Amino acid sequence: MDFRLSEDQRALRAGMRDLLVARFPREKLRESAEADPAKRAPLDRALWRELGEIGVFSLRLSEKEGGAGLGLPEAVLVFEEAGRALLPGPLAASHLAAGLVSGAADGTTVVTALEGAGLAEHLDSADAVLLCEGPTVRAFPVGDGAGPLATARPLRSVDPTTPLHHLPEAHEVPCGAERASRTGRLPVAGASATATAAAVDPGRLRAEAALLTAAQQLGSAARTLEMAVAHAKSRTQFGRPIGAFQAVQHLCARMLARTEIARSSVYAASLAMTLGDISGAKLLADEAAVRNARDCLQLHGGLGFTWEADVHLHLKRAWVRQAQWQSTERAEEALAAALLEGAGDCMTETANRVNGAV
Amino acid sequence: MDLTLTREEEDFRRRLRDWLHRTLPTLPPKPSPADWPARRAYDCAWQRALYDAGYAGLHWPADAGGRGATPTQHLIFLEEAELAGAPYVGANFVGLLHAGPTIAVEGTAAQQARWLPPVLRGEEVWCQGFSEPEAGSDLASLRTRAVRDGDAYVVTGSKTWTSHAEVADWCELLVRTDPSAPGHRGLSWLAMRMDAPGVTVRPLRTLAGSMEFAELFLDEVRVPVAQRVGAENDGWRVTMVTLSFERGTAFAGEVVACRRTLALLARAAKENGRWEDAALRRRLGRLNAEFTALWRLAQWNASEAAHALRTGGNGVPGVGASVFKLRYSHARQELYDAASEALGPLSLDASHEWTLERLSSLSYTIAAGTSQIQQNIIAERILGLPRGR
Ligand SMILES: Cc1cc2nc3c(=O)[nH]c(=O)nc-3n(C[C@H](O)[C@H](O)[C@H](O)COP(=O)(O)OP(=O)(O)OC[C@H]3O[C@@H](n4cnc5c(N)ncnc54)[C@H](O)[C@@H]3O)c2cc1C
Repeated sequence: MDFRLSEDQRALRAGMRDLLVARFPREKLRESAEADPAKRAPLDRALWRELGEIGVFSLRLSEKEGGAGLGLPEAVLVFEEAGRALLPGPLAASHLAAGLVSGAADGTTVVTALEGAGLAEHLDSADAVLLCEGPTVRAFPVGDGAGPLATARPLRSVDPTTPLHHLPEAHEVPCGAERASRTGRLPVAGASATATAAAVDPGRLRAEAALLTAAQQLGSAARTLEMAVAHAKSRTQFGRPIGAFQAVQHLCARMLARTEIARSSVYAASLAMTLGDISGAKLLADEAAVRNARDCLQLHGGLGFTWEADVHLHLKRAWVRQAQWQSTERAEEALAAALLEGAGDCMTETANRVNGAV
Repeated sequence: MDLTLTREEEDFRRRLRDWLHRTLPTLPPKPSPADWPARRAYDCAWQRALYDAGYAGLHWPADAGGRGATPTQHLIFLEEAELAGAPYVGANFVGLLHAGPTIAVEGTAAQQARWLPPVLRGEEVWCQGFSEPEAGSDLASLRTRAVRDGDAYVVTGSKTWTSHAEVADWCELLVRTDPSAPGHRGLSWLAMRMDAPGVTVRPLRTLAGSMEFAELFLDEVRVPVAQRVGAENDGWRVTMVTLSFERGTAFAGEVVACRRTLALLARAAKENGRWEDAALRRRLGRLNAEFTALWRLAQWNASEAAHALRTGGNGVPGVGASVFKLRYSHARQELYDAASEALGPLSLDASHEWTLERLSSLSYTIAAGTSQIQQNIIAERILGLPRGR
């Protein structure tokens, strides 16, 4: 057992961070936040293709399929960086669609998902949508607005960088509700995407989506902690940096504790992939992202309440991601149910039956 | 990132598990919690059994008489012992987790030879005399004086909240050797015999009704200079080693116990119908996430410690232990608060195990550095915020 990141993993994370600094600098984030909310900020497709080229979506496909043959831990590190930069878009859905929907892997096709609470993000920009309800996973073209999308209603999204549609009659399916590995087919694809038939285990897909979403939340939580600490060191009141006041210090200390608890939990879930670990990771990462953004906002005083400061973008994105794939309520219920099924087992051992339980 | 156990670690686990299953049924029944001499005897017999089987001082360095096990093996030990229902360290807590490791890191060869083997064999029990009536969180302000007189220090003052003092043979004592030096400069770390003339122990009753700790009155107690660990006036640094051991390793096993309690609690709620209450269910679900994550954090910390050991460090837990301590203390209190909700009116019966645990959990955010102090440490030493006021 060595839980620390390997050299390669550290390099991968640093590489992704550098790339986002170069390709998705703050101005780009602000640009998409300034878009007319009524027009629903379109996705930057050039950037999406770039993400495809560097392998964000194909990371886990085999080299034969044009991927990098990496695993979930690596995907988690890449998604953590995406969350840190508040990179917009249906990243988890497109990543999971790589190898299932043609063009998803290289970023030429944007795949969103309809899941959980009946939400779909970036529907206007997407070519295809994954429908993750019941025992199967299906893909639909977005183009004709038929099928399950017929009732989709645009929301005036609280997150200016994440346009949302709502489908009132969609029901949230608990993550990994079907234990048996049933086979789903992906029969349909959009105009630019040809159908790919593949075996998909919907429970597994939802679990992975929850985990990759949790990873983005972790990145956001770590970022707002950094922003809070930097502000606490530089902002002076009463003749000293506000970071010298204990009330401020303790807020920051609890932000760090939340981040590190979420980090252990997200990283461990990427290795063990048990339902308990994944639901716990989603729950704790959601909490870290939302609470840290709130505390960061508080520490910025009046500045924190402005549109100009970035902190509201973190909070709003965190709210959206919290609702996606496995909401807090779902995660808590899943974790409660697990208690009746003999949680309290040996924990170091579960890692040795990797991927057994989802 | 790798959580799988190596073949060696798996072998270690298998042998340990076999041994636990063979040995635990042969232990005598647990003594009454109020009978301290019997508790000491029970805890020491368990320690002796560990010693005979080669599990004593697992994570201590080999040249200090330990087994030189990796932090991962230590974690496996804590988990397996807990899952098998093995006894806790009990009265040997300070010897095995505070004083012993400190002597192993800071003591001379002669000091190690004198003090460590009896701790490992369960023959001598230690207590910790740090806190004083006027010096708790601000430990460095302590006043107990040690004045050099030939080859001994003459110690006068008082200590308080000293756990297991009644049954201890030795006390790791923090004293002021230089009254002119301010704060943490001028302190020294001494090993004091509890039966030395001038030592008076007055037991204190805890809010749970038990006698767990005591006041110590020291009236011109002579402590040989040879029983000082580390240099004179360097006791603060020596003590910090001890304290980070306390926060880093002492509680990992308890997280496993909490997860088991949580599962039992869910079953109890299922049986008495309270499981139908979604608010309670969700509260328990959240605790499941928290304790699972705490164990993952312990694995993270163990991996960091193992790395530090490999690259020349001494395996002393780092500041990251503060994060663990802060979250764990709080989670433990939440657990037993939830237990009382699950139990309903029975939670007001002080003979119920979970009610007693609820009471004792209240000490977790105070002992071994309060939660406020942990947050100060995180803010200043990890986040680099300016010193607070
Ligand atoms: C069950 C138990 C067993 C113990 N066993 C031992 C033992 O064996 N040996 C031993 O030496 N000691 C022992 N202790 C003592 C323990 O270490 C102290 O109680 C602890 O360090 C706090 O000190 P105090 O009680 O004097 O509280 P104080 O330091 O007086 O603190 C009172 C309150 O003020 C807060 N506070 C103090 N300073 C600050 C600050 N700078 N910033 C913010 N808040 C602050 C604290 O958080 C606390 O809430 C034990 C305590 C308990 C409860």
